[in-house]
Amino acid sequence: MMNSLISLGAGFLDWLEAVGRAGIFIVQSLVRLPVRLGESINLLIRQLYSVGVLSLVIIIVSGTFIGMVLSLQGYSILAKFGSSGSVGQLLALSLLRELGPVVTALLFAGRAGSSLTAEIGLMKATEQLSSYEMMGVDPLRRVIAPRFIAGVISLPLLSFVFSAAGIIGGMLVSVGWLGVSDGAFWTLMQQSVNFNTDIINGLIKAVVFAVVVTWIAVYQGYECVPTSEGIGKATTRTVVLGSLSILALDFILTAAMFGDF
Amino acid sequence: MIYEDVSLDIPRGKITAVMGPSGTGKTTLLKLIAAQLYPDSGHIFVDGQDIHSLSRSDLYKVREKMGMLFQSGALFSDMSVFENVAFPLQEHTNFDASKIESIVLEKLHSVGLRGAAKLFPSELSGGMARRVALARAIALDPELVMFDEPFTGQDPISKGVLVELIRQLNDGSGITSIVVSHDVEESLSIADHVCILSGGRVIAQGAPSDIRASDDAQVKQFLNGEPDGPVPFHYPESIADEQRSQR
Repeated sequence: MMNSLISLGAGFLDWLEAVGRAGIFIVQSLVRLPVRLGESINLLIRQLYSVGVLSLVIIIVSGTFIGMVLSLQGYSILAKFGSSGSVGQLLALSLLRELGPVVTALLFAGRAGSSLTAEIGLMKATEQLSSYEMMGVDPLRRVIAPRFIAGVISLPLLSFVFSAAGIIGGMLVSVGWLGVSDGAFWTLMQQSVNFNTDIINGLIKAVVFAVVVTWIAVYQGYECVPTSEGIGKATTRTVVLGSLSILALDFILTAAMFGDF
Repeated sequence: MIYEDVSLDIPRGKITAVMGPSGTGKTTLLKLIAAQLYPDSGHIFVDGQDIHSLSRSDLYKVREKMGMLFQSGALFSDMSVFENVAFPLQEHTNFDASKIESIVLEKLHSVGLRGAAKLFPSELSGGMARRVALARAIALDPELVMFDEPFTGQDPISKGVLVELIRQLNDGSGITSIVVSHDVEESLSIADHVCILSGGRVIAQGAPSDIRASDDAQVKQFLNGEPDGPVPFHYPESIADEQRSQR
């Protein structure tokens, strides 16, 4: 009994220590100013491409399918109440408020987060990070900062792309296949979506998820044990910790945003 | 604990060879000198400064005057050979592109890989990667270059060229070199000063001729590559147990 209490406390302290280290790590990589601005922009653009642009396919395809499924499910229920025209409203609200940010962040953790961790971990294992240090170049500024910033910029944009793809996919099914009138589909959607409560709140969620997921990914890569086993474990941790944090934070954010009835 | 009571001098402007059986922490020694690792106790002075007491920015300034050739080469995998060698120049000098290009090609030429400038590290063999890394390490004309196993994985021709190159760097520009290696012949042939480590201690130190003439059983065994002697060939299980229990 006493022992399990002690190990619980020790585990909690270890966790706190890791969070503290991760905090110092990310602050340090952001505050150390770049030596050459042009070079930093170049690095950032390259990362935006590999983290953001290369994630577009999986985001668009998943968004479209989720929109199609949503409108099928939504239609079958709404039709019972004779309000099948509201399927556009259902689509837009659920995508913008919830599914857009959450599913994008989950996919992002799997697609971009894991590759960030593996890449940085392998750089560590092959002494590239030490090599930067030996040349008097800070690896935090050179390797970590551009990747982190690229993730924080990309994920919110991807989340809107996801929502847009979902709405188009849903429209194809409901208007094109199930015969919902396209006038009702778009009008009800337009009337019910509020810029502040829906779009801005969705954006806030996406930004929070972006910071957390990318932070976990770069930190796990930087701190991993530099062996093939260590990199594998770190990559798994990125996806598991990232996904769990997204879901837990989503509950907290949703409660704060939409909880006061 | 890797070292106990190790004290050694690296003379300026000379080539010092650090030798010893594998696992004696030769690479660790280089990382300590470069302040990538910090000792639990003791001091290391580089150019008169206690390297472990420097602030980060001062340390980075000192490192601009150091070059290090890593055992694995440690080339940046997202850059071509040319960009790898150009990187320290772009980072620490204000030279224009044409000057950087001429320096990079000259350094690549000296390691025989001018023709490989456009290749990427993944397209190089291990030995070639290490020669590119050497070109990168000397790109800024450092005052101190540390070579971690420069001869491993090189064919006899490249080995000869590398020995010659390290010698030239030293004679021509007065670079202080530390060569960590267990290639006895190559090391003894270029070094001005030799230091043999074993079991966490310096077992011999001095000019190559003194080392060759040494009567010490451990030194003799190492130089002649004999399996039987005071240095055990078989890794003692007791040390492994000790290491595991410390973790």
